[in-house]
Amino acid sequence: MRIRVSTGMLLLAAAWPLALLGACVAPATASAQAKAEVMAVKIDNFTFGPAELTVKAGTTITWTNRDDIPHTVVSAEQAFKSKALDTDDTFSSTFSTPGTYSYFCSLHPKMTGKVVVQ
Amino acid sequence: MPEKTDALPDAPHEDGVDRRGFLKCMTWAGTGALCVVQGGVLKSYSLSKTPKLTPTSGELSFVQISDSHMGFNKPANPDVAGTLTAAVDKINGLGTPPEFILHTGDISHLSKPDEFDTVDQILKGASAKKVFYVPGEHDVLDDDGRQYRERYGKGTSGAGWHSFDKKGVHFVGLVNVLNLKAGGLGTLGGEQLEWLEDDLRHLKHSTPVVVFAHIPLWSVYPEWGWGTEDSAQALAYLKKFGSVTVLNGHIHQTMQKVEGAVTFHTAASTAFPQPQPGAADSPGPMKVPAERLKSILGITDVTYRRGTHSLAVVDSSLA
Repeated sequence: MRIRVSTGMLLLAAAWPLALLGACVAPATASAQAKAEVMAVKIDNFTFGPAELTVKAGTTITWTNRDDIPHTVVSAEQAFKSKALDTDDTFSSTFSTPGTYSYFCSLHPKMTGKVVVQ
Repeated sequence: MPEKTDALPDAPHEDGVDRRGFLKCMTWAGTGALCVVQGGVLKSYSLSKTPKLTPTSGELSFVQISDSHMGFNKPANPDVAGTLTAAVDKINGLGTPPEFILHTGDISHLSKPDEFDTVDQILKGASAKKVFYVPGEHDVLDDDGRQYRERYGKGTSGAGWHSFDKKGVHFVGLVNVLNLKAGGLGTLGGEQLEWLEDDLRHLKHSTPVVVFAHIPLWSVYPEWGWGTEDSAQALAYLKKFGSVTVLNGHIHQTMQKVEGAVTFHTAASTAFPQPQPGAADSPGPMKVPAERLKSILGITDVTYRRGTHSLAVVDSSLA
């Protein structure tokens, strides 16, 4: 019994550093992920803001419609296309390949924006 | 039409032909104006002074409604079903019952099935049972208009364009809200323009033509997308006719222009108003005091008398 308890305690003791190590590793991984960023574009007043956004490859951009009318986010080269976004709806797209991506609102095509991926 | 009725002595001086030959007939908030174009001359009459018309033979009367945006529920109008119902009541109260209704699009707000269903249901209460449609950009969301055509596309071609004849008047419904390009305006496209040329080819030049489409077919305000980039080609095909009336929606306010034999007219919305060109940062829903709302929503009553040159286009507000 004492041996078992001791083994148990030894195992537990052995487990502790691993647990601590895990606790140390986790935040580091989270911050590494945070560096693959999520950038935001706000849609309001028939405007994409910012209208031009430069990001690193691998960035995810999330568009949020704050206008009181629906809008869409449609790539001019058909690289991405959102459904109709009503007020507070969002659309996200991850940009892995460098390049320039022009987009517009297919309901109000005078609304245009650009993503530059480096 | 009230040929012998005097124009109001205190009518706004914007009535009548200006030096450049353009006419503007605006329905000012709180009033209903009857704009009659005869022989190129515009006269304005208050609706309250216009005698009730009795139908005579060879007369055609129909109503245009537009931009019902069923499903919209923001402060500019939290009850678009109520205001559409008020529009139907207005239609049913007209002195001359209309033969049919033209809906110039944005029937729904988000192309949702229940939104279309609700409009269908409300319009069933109108005295005129037949409704002809063209889609607005809000009716063709996410599916390039597939649902719109399933519901309203019977007898139409392509994206939903079509024509029909009533009492000697030729009606053409055009679709200019699909395949919009970045930075662009409304567009008709080559296939539709070819169809239009063919459709009009064998008509006599004396046939009155009514063209209806959602986005204005003239350049109202390009900065806000209020125009159609290839409408010039369509208007070229219409040039041979002695009387052309173009009825549009999309801008949620009444506006009129006459150019030669063509009268362009946009209808008010039955849902919410939008600002006048350039009067705001953007063309979004315009909030007005609740008691004023119905006075700037409205319907358009159109009458044709056989043998007359032009159609009479009457805007009336819901209150």
